[in-house]
Amino acid sequence: MLPLVLNKSDLGAWIEALAAQRRVAAPVLKETSPADRTDLKFGWEYIADPAEVRLDYTVTVLGPKKFLWPARQTVMSYQIGADPRPTAVLDHEPHVLFGVHPCDVTAIQTLDAAFSKDIADPHYLARRADTAIVSIDCAAPCDETCFCLDMGSLYPEAGYDVMLTPEGNRFFVEVKTPLGEALVEKAKVRPATKQDMQARQKFAEEKRGNFHFQLPFEVKYLPEILDASYDSLVWEAIARRCFACGSCNTTCPTCYCWDVDDDVAVDLTKGCRVRRYDSCQLDPFAEVAGGENFRKDRSSRLRHRMFRKGKYILDQTGRSGCVGCGRCERACVADISIKETFIQIAGSR
Amino acid sequence: MSQVAVDFEKGAAAPSPYVPKMARLLEAEQMTETERFFRVALEGEPLRYEPGQFVSCMVFGIGESPISICSSPTQGDAFELTVRSVGMVTNALKKFGKGDRLGIRGPFGNHFDYSAMKGQDVLFVAGGLGLAPTRSLIRYVLDNRQDYGKVTILFGAREPKWLLFRQEVEEWTKRKDIDTRVTVDRGDASWKGNVGVITRLFRQIEVDPTRTYAVIVGPPIMFKFTVLEALAEGIPEHRIICSLERHMKCGVGKCGHCQIRGIYVCREGPVFTYEQVKKLREGI
Repeated sequence: MLPLVLNKSDLGAWIEALAAQRRVAAPVLKETSPADRTDLKFGWEYIADPAEVRLDYTVTVLGPKKFLWPARQTVMSYQIGADPRPTAVLDHEPHVLFGVHPCDVTAIQTLDAAFSKDIADPHYLARRADTAIVSIDCAAPCDETCFCLDMGSLYPEAGYDVMLTPEGNRFFVEVKTPLGEALVEKAKVRPATKQDMQARQKFAEEKRGNFHFQLPFEVKYLPEILDASYDSLVWEAIARRCFACGSCNTTCPTCYCWDVDDDVAVDLTKGCRVRRYDSCQLDPFAEVAGGENFRKDRSSRLRHRMFRKGKYILDQTGRSGCVGCGRCERACVADISIKETFIQIAGSR
Repeated sequence: MSQVAVDFEKGAAAPSPYVPKMARLLEAEQMTETERFFRVALEGEPLRYEPGQFVSCMVFGIGESPISICSSPTQGDAFELTVRSVGMVTNALKKFGKGDRLGIRGPFGNHFDYSAMKGQDVLFVAGGLGLAPTRSLIRYVLDNRQDYGKVTILFGAREPKWLLFRQEVEEWTKRKDIDTRVTVDRGDASWKGNVGVITRLFRQIEVDPTRTYAVIVGPPIMFKFTVLEALAEGIPEHRIICSLERHMKCGVGKCGHCQIRGIYVCREGPVFTYEQVKKLREGI
């Protein structure tokens, strides 16, 4: 498809047209810090008005993961009594994630792989199948915590239906999939002119200049570096600061471990199984019935998470468990940084 | 590390791996104060399983627990479970009797490689509830007795009252074609058998390390010292087999609870060789 351009003034009309067909989730401004008026907090929400959408957002505490992989999801319902008739619950509706940053596009691909591996998880994949993704390219890092260039998530090759590139008063519109084509049909796009293409080139150059590698090694060596660090004292040293609160897991766009509980109706006639986010940083995560806990020490749990992010998920799915979005570091009350940890273990041998 | 193939439409239409099939209890018997034995049959198609696999037992309204299958497929269409009452689900199961229905998911995991053991000697070492998963292979081997060499069973429990499958173990000890020895850590007035930890039984037996598989299942502390005994007998690491306990919540390699380093025990385990477990480090 030829390169297309959408004027920024026509964005609202496009979102409104999309909203007639699918629920639209997008980044919105949540609050402004009273202490610092430039400190804006963004979040992902289903929107009611296109004017709420803030494509100039930097980073959200939680990624768009929550629309595909909700913090709490019913997987099955049943009756209590002689005939339980357990039935799968697939809860999904057509929606579009509008304005997903490249790091989150990459993270969603990791989740896609994890939930497809070996035995498909239809509860995730039904939601995913019903999801359209409009990505928005980044011209500059959100802040100093992200290291998406290192983790290979800044230039996703797939995982989105439409990619928007902001430049001045227009967006370049790249259509990636047939679904993306259908989405763009509703937009007042025009073919790109020569001047448009020059502006796009300018964006690409600026982007290249704004992002810098931050790890002192190529990311392909990360699994090897982690393996060699297994017995390092660094894990113990970092874990001394860790409160084992699990904020890193909650905010991570690729974490998908869960626990499952039964919710029973007050009249005791029916119930359902609900899965919820769990955290490998919490003490009972690897505990078994006999009372044995296989990751009793905080350091072994912290190491487990770092290994999952840098190696295990990659080994399992072929996709990285860390996209370098920096959310875990921003959420960490003890200022533990996954990026600094990767740097530290590389130098600790 | 090849990338996992992703197909949303196909995945969305896949059956949910979290919905159990209904099963009925054919037998239920309190084996010890805390362990209850069940013989279970799926309603509809029988469960196809291998020795060493596990299922998830669902008590509707309470929850779900992973339980080792303690029978062998050679014993017919139904399967057997030994459940220790520890948490909400397993305590609820204490009240379950013949004819009651529960939900079953699975079978999950790999299994004991009984084909590789053919023509070889098998040494079973089971501690406490470890006899449950071990029994699935013991029964398989006993039902195909001519395919295996010398069969030795060492079984230990804390006290006589905690010995599982007492009657069956009694029958094994009477058999001439297998060597069964039982010990308890602490005896009581009526106990006439061996007293002491299970490693002591190694002094009573002869092992040909060139042709023996050691199958060791028990609590981590027992595993540690029993592996030492097996190694001291000269059995190579790849022929020391164990089954690991983890709290598998999903059984399909997603929820993360059973993960040891890069391995999901529910899929790549629970049966491992000592050679594999040693490399895992967090395994035992």
